[in-house]
Order: sequence, then C-alpha cells, then structure tokens
Amino acid sequence: MPAVLEVKDLILYYRTRRGVVRAVDKISFILEKGQTLAIVGESGCGKSSTANAIFRLLPRNVHRYEGQVLINGEDTMKLDDETYRKKIRWQKISMVFQGAMNSLNPVLKVGFQIAEPLMIHKGVDKKEAIEKAKEALKLVGIHPSFVERYPFELSGGMKQRVCIAMALITEPEIVILDEPTSALDVITQANIMNLLKKLQWEKNLSYIFITHDIPLTSELADYVAVMYAGQIVELSPAAAFYKEPKHPYAFRLMASVPTLRSRKELDFIPGRPPDLAKPPPGCRFHPRCRRAMDICKKEEPPVVEIAPGHYVKCWLYAK
Amino acid sequence: MAKLLEIKGLKKYFEIKKGFFSKPVFLKAVDGVSLEIKKGEAVSIVGESGCGKTTLGKTILRLYEPTGGKIVFEGRDITHEEAKNLMWYRRAASLVQQDPYGSLPSFFTIYKILEEPLIIHKVGTKEERREMIYKALEAVKLTPVDFFASKYPHMLSGGQMQRVCLARAIILKPKFIVADEPVSMLDASVRIEILKLMRELQEKMGVSFIYITHDLATTRYFSEKLMIMYAGKAVEKGPIEKVIADPLHPYTEALLNAIPDPEPENRKKIRHVPPGEPPNLVNPPPGCRFHPRCPRAMDICREKEPPEVKIGDRTVACWLYSEK
Repeated sequence: MPAVLEVKDLILYYRTRRGVVRAVDKISFILEKGQTLAIVGESGCGKSSTANAIFRLLPRNVHRYEGQVLINGEDTMKLDDETYRKKIRWQKISMVFQGAMNSLNPVLKVGFQIAEPLMIHKGVDKKEAIEKAKEALKLVGIHPSFVERYPFELSGGMKQRVCIAMALITEPEIVILDEPTSALDVITQANIMNLLKKLQWEKNLSYIFITHDIPLTSELADYVAVMYAGQIVELSPAAAFYKEPKHPYAFRLMASVPTLRSRKELDFIPGRPPDLAKPPPGCRFHPRCRRAMDICKKEEPPVVEIAPGHYVKCWLYAK
Repeated sequence: MAKLLEIKGLKKYFEIKKGFFSKPVFLKAVDGVSLEIKKGEAVSIVGESGCGKTTLGKTILRLYEPTGGKIVFEGRDITHEEAKNLMWYRRAASLVQQDPYGSLPSFFTIYKILEEPLIIHKVGTKEERREMIYKALEAVKLTPVDFFASKYPHMLSGGQMQRVCLARAIILKPKFIVADEPVSMLDASVRIEILKLMRELQEKMGVSFIYITHDLATTRYFSEKLMIMYAGKAVEKGPIEKVIADPLHPYTEALLNAIPDPEPENRKKIRHVPPGEPPNLVNPPPGCRFHPRCPRAMDICREKEPPEVKIGDRTVACWLYSEK
C-alpha cells in the first residue's frame, strides 16, 4: 500500500525584488498512515512554505513550483487548481494555520464557520452541517451550544479548538498543523496537544506538525525533519533524533534547547541563516559549521541513509 | 548581600471604565506582590500571558504609578515619588524589552541610540561619551565596534538588535535591570547567546536582574531565584532548582507538567494539566484565584485568600500549607 503522503523533490521559489528566493528547495519525505512527521527549523527556513506548497496555497509571486506530492499514490501536482480545490483541499488534507485563532471571521457564528467547509465541499445542507458542527465541537472538547457564539466570546485556547474542529469536519486523512500552539500559554498548549493526540489515536489521522519548538515535537512526532535554508538536512526517527542528531546543524540546534528537568551545558550557533535569494554554494550550512571541510564549500552534499529511515544531508556521512 | 530593592504588597490597578455616577471598574493587573532583590542577584518571574508579570516589571521601574503597596530602592521609598525627582532612579534602573525591532528608533544610528541616554543624563564630554559607547558595544560583543556604531537598526539581525538594547540598558552603569521577555522573539540558536551574555554582564558588573519570561525552561540557565505569578498574585517563590524538583503550589506543578522535554515517550501519554484558562482580572474569583482549576481545591480555597507561608527558603501562597 502506498504511503498516505509522499513528497518528492518539491520545489517552491518566489520571485522578489532581491531575486529568486529558494524557500523550498527539493524536499522529499514520506508520511505513513496514522503517523506524525514534525518539521522543525528556525524562522525563515521554509517550514511554512513547505506546508503551503503541499496545501497549494500559493502567493502570486511564485517563480517555480515543481515536484511530486502523492496522496495515497495519486500525484496531486498533476491536477489543475480547480480539481485540487474540489477533490483534495479540505477533503483529503486540511490545515490548522499559524495564529489560526485570529483567522476566524468575527461577524460569523462559530457553528457556521465550522460547518462551511462541509456545505461548500460536500454539498451538505445547512441544517445538517450545523448538526455536524455540534458533533465536531464535542470532539474537540467544547460544549455543542457554542455553535451559537461569536469568536470574541471564546478564549484563545477555545478558538484554536474551533479551528481544529474546522479542519476535521470534512474527515481528512492528513492534517497539516502549522505552529498550532505558538500563540498560546503552556498549559493551554498542553491541553491542545492532549487533544491532538486523542484525535490521532481515535481517527488514525496523519499529521505534519510544523514548529520551531523542538521539545514540543516530542509530543506528537514519529519522525522529525530538520530544515535549514529551504532544505531538509536531517530526517530521523524521533527516538534517534532526541538522543543525538547527526547533522552538525541539527546537533547544535538541539544543544541550544534548554531542558527543564536536567541541566546541561547550552550552546549556540554563531552567525545567522543565509539569505535564500543568494544561498552559499555547496552545503548551505558550511559558513557556520565547525566541521566544514573543503568539499562542503564547493559541492552540495548528498542525502545519505545512515540507518533505516534515518537520512542526513552531509558530507561527513558520505563515502 | 545587601538589599537593593524591596517591594511590599505592590498593587497596580488599571481603570478601564471611569466612574462618574456608577462605580469605576478596575483591572487588577498586579494585586499585592512582595519581593526582595539583593545586590547582584538575578530573579526570574514566570507566568502565563496576562498574569501581570510585565505590569509588575514596569511598576517596579516606576513607569506606572502603583495603586498600592511600597517600592523601596536602596532604602529610599520611591512609591509615589514625582517623575521629576526620579532622574537618579532612571539612571540606576533600566529596561530591556521583548521586541528589539520595535524598541530601537529606526532613524538613529546605533551610536546615536547609545549616546541619547548619556546626553539626557548629562554624562561626560563628547570624547568621554564616545569611549563609553565603545565600551558598551564591546561588553555586548558587537565587534568590530566601529562597524556596528555606524549602522542603523534595520541593518542588524534580531539577536544583534537585542544586544544593542542590552548595550543601551547598561551604558549608564545601572544597579538594576528589568529584562522583559528579552529572548522570546528570537530564534532558539540565538536565545542562548543573549541569555549567556546577560548572565555575563550580571556577574561582571554586579547588576541585579529581573528576568521576566513565560518560558520556565530558560530560567534555570539565568538565575537562582524564581517567582511564579498567577492572575496578578505571586503563588510561589524560591530557589529555582528546588521549585522545579519539588513544586509546592498546585499551579506550579501544573505549569511544570505542561512543559515537555524532548523524550520520544511523550507522544504516548496524556499530560496532566488543568482544563480552562486564567481568570479575568476585572472580576477574579474569590478566595484563591487558582481554585476553579485546582485539582486539590478545598472549601476554604473558595472563600478566603491564602496567605503567603514561609517554608525554609521558599514561600508559597496556598491553603495546603497553612493553618486554617
């Protein structure tokens, strides 16, 4: 059986005044049914662009948009925008956006907003759709009577739950979570994580979980992908990754994460990520890498599978 | 160590509805917080958004006039001192804010940004000021100094801008700095750099720090003492390692339970955290403000506010630990 989502050599470049920005540069990964792939990286590394490329929410200044996005073996990149909108988006795959709680329409009732994708994409009539919205609210732990409320009557955590309900109402197989809790407090965040776990267990959902918070990925991730300057530099089973990341960037990123329960010596990475309009030649991390060799400055490193399912894009591991 | 700053039962209410015929409505952002800071000591204040931690920091700096309580700095009561008599305090205490992008004037060069406080406080001649600016830039490791002094803020990265903010905060050689979420807008790899730098400044210059943050995990890398706030109140105070290893207040416990460390087992378990969200500070619940969410709430918690109890070198405001 094919994986629920397979991404092959996905490219998304933007055209800007400074030149072509290579936000997503040949990204490949596989997401199995019922599993979670966490994508981590610093701001501007292309994680949200990756999500938008898969969900095909593109700005007007796209320069190049290529590669394969296979959902259950079917290449959605071959579909035109209209077919994608009708058959894939919100049906097979849905998304909870960053700061989603502020993306609710303030003048529409919560129930209607949750029900809307059903009415548009599945042709369900309004009465039935609102009933379904009540069920969806129950599912995310909000009393069904809240269908009659407006967003301003809800707290931040509840609004985020509403957005999750909205993403789930069309019963998609894949949910992209783009920083779903970054504007929330830690206790509310833990509550939302609990909810996402329960939903995944009950409905066998597959998640792409995008975040900058490495400890938080451990709440959901089966696999962790680390992005740097538009590329995945390491894709690893979660347990191996938390033990010791192999790519020099991933390793030092991990070393910069403060832990609560144990005290360790913290490190930081001097310098800053490169400008994606003019990425350095060779490995994009080489100007900041302590272990950079001559070859890193000239040639792009290959992706090496160092253990089953564990890929590193680095010359240190290439034979 | 000598006492530098003492605040006692500090209150700051914001009037959100003027009372003319009706009673005015207040938002009780800080409601009776006490804290002592010694010379050269770093204290972290942790709480969720809206718990009053930023208001507390600003009130301590007298950017707000307190509604009640007392602020004593080096033995001088400055609670209701007039602004024109506070110039010395502005020199002795400074602030680093959360957003480096918004707190630097975009049309000033870094040199001008750092010279401004010196001019306002009439410090030194032009030559002496130059010397001080270069020293401050060196202290925050923005070298080569000449290169950075002539830049404008937009030419720098977030981490570099925050270092300019730090340089501005230390240039008048203060005794005390309030750092309000200084790293929360920065990327993970830069955060530690700034925290380490702050720690270094604190140790070298003997400055006292209040580090305000929502991120409990970073506090142990910066300070020894911790104060946890909830809904305008201090619920627990004590040495960080002890608080983290053995939280006394149920809220502290909930906060610790909510924060994951990177462990692969996390995804298989549900975290024990209380449902709901912090109360509205216009109309906080009676008794203990945490009682509606507290798994260990008793009858008395709903009626009477818990007093602060001293347990060794720690303080906790919870009925579980006090005589009823």
